Amino acid sequence: MTAIFGRRRRAIVCRDAVALMTDYIEGRLSATDIARLEGHLAGCPHCTEYLAQIRITIDALGYVTPQDLSDEAVNDLVDLYRNWRSEA
Amino acid sequence: MVVLAFPMVDADAILVEKMRAGDEAAFREIVRRYQDRLLRLAESTVGSRAVAQEVTQDTWLAVLRGVDRFEGRSTFKTWLFNILMNRARSAVHKESRAGRPDESVGDERFDKNGAWVSPPEPWSDRVDDRIVANDLAVRLRELLPNLPEQQRAVITLRDVEGLSSEEVVKMLGVTEGNQRVLLHRGRARLRALLNEELVS
Repeated sequence: MTAIFGRRRRAIVCRDAVALMTDYIEGRLSATDIARLEGHLAGCPHCTEYLAQIRITIDALGYVTPQDLSDEAVNDLVDLYRNWRSEA
Repeated sequence: MVVLAFPMVDADAILVEKMRAGDEAAFREIVRRYQDRLLRLAESTVGSRAVAQEVTQDTWLAVLRGVDRFEGRSTFKTWLFNILMNRARSAVHKESRAGRPDESVGDERFDKNGAWVSPPEPWSDRVDDRIVANDLAVRLRELLPNLPEQQRAVITLRDVEGLSSEEVVKMLGVTEGNQRVLLHRGRARLRALLNEELVS
């Protein structure tokens, strides 16, 4: 009886799985929650796909580069530098 | 001027050293590296392009005044972003911005039993290599301004700039838990926005 209750308590639904994913990626989940989440993922292709998409999104964010500046924008700031140099 | 492409941190340190010694080209390179990133970060905190411009200009002045005291105990990037975020946060207080609350990510994605209403459609056919990551990055740069401000700041600092959660917590003056909530919502939002483009 206790075992069944315990097992029920451990099972999580998709909403819970998604809620745990950031902490999972961040390495902030307890061993118990890791087991719960991975147990769910093993049987749920939808959440597995979702987690993969979150990881693709994070990975792609690492490739975001700044936009090129106009020469004018750079020169405005170089003027600050020249003033600073002349005061030094 | 030779700039080491890797590691970035060392390249920055060399540039800072040269800039301190009066090398204008080095300063120019630092500006090219950081100005757009500073502007975007400032905007994510103050919510206005004009105020962000002021805050960024102020930051460069503070960098010039303070660079002799920069000892390299943190990376230049972290030092620079700290200066910016301090100024951005006090600008927010000055303008007494009505904070846009972070709405929670749609629970409507799940039914009453907590299962997906419409499960995520696979991306696998569409995104399968590094070239695609670059394409997605271009899209993400355009999509980032759609995030609420705090989410945008956390996503930018953590996932774009690669700072640690400890650094970001200090920079933004949020709790560790709050930072993870913002990260969670921001990533979920961006995934959903990418999904609209990839699946449609």
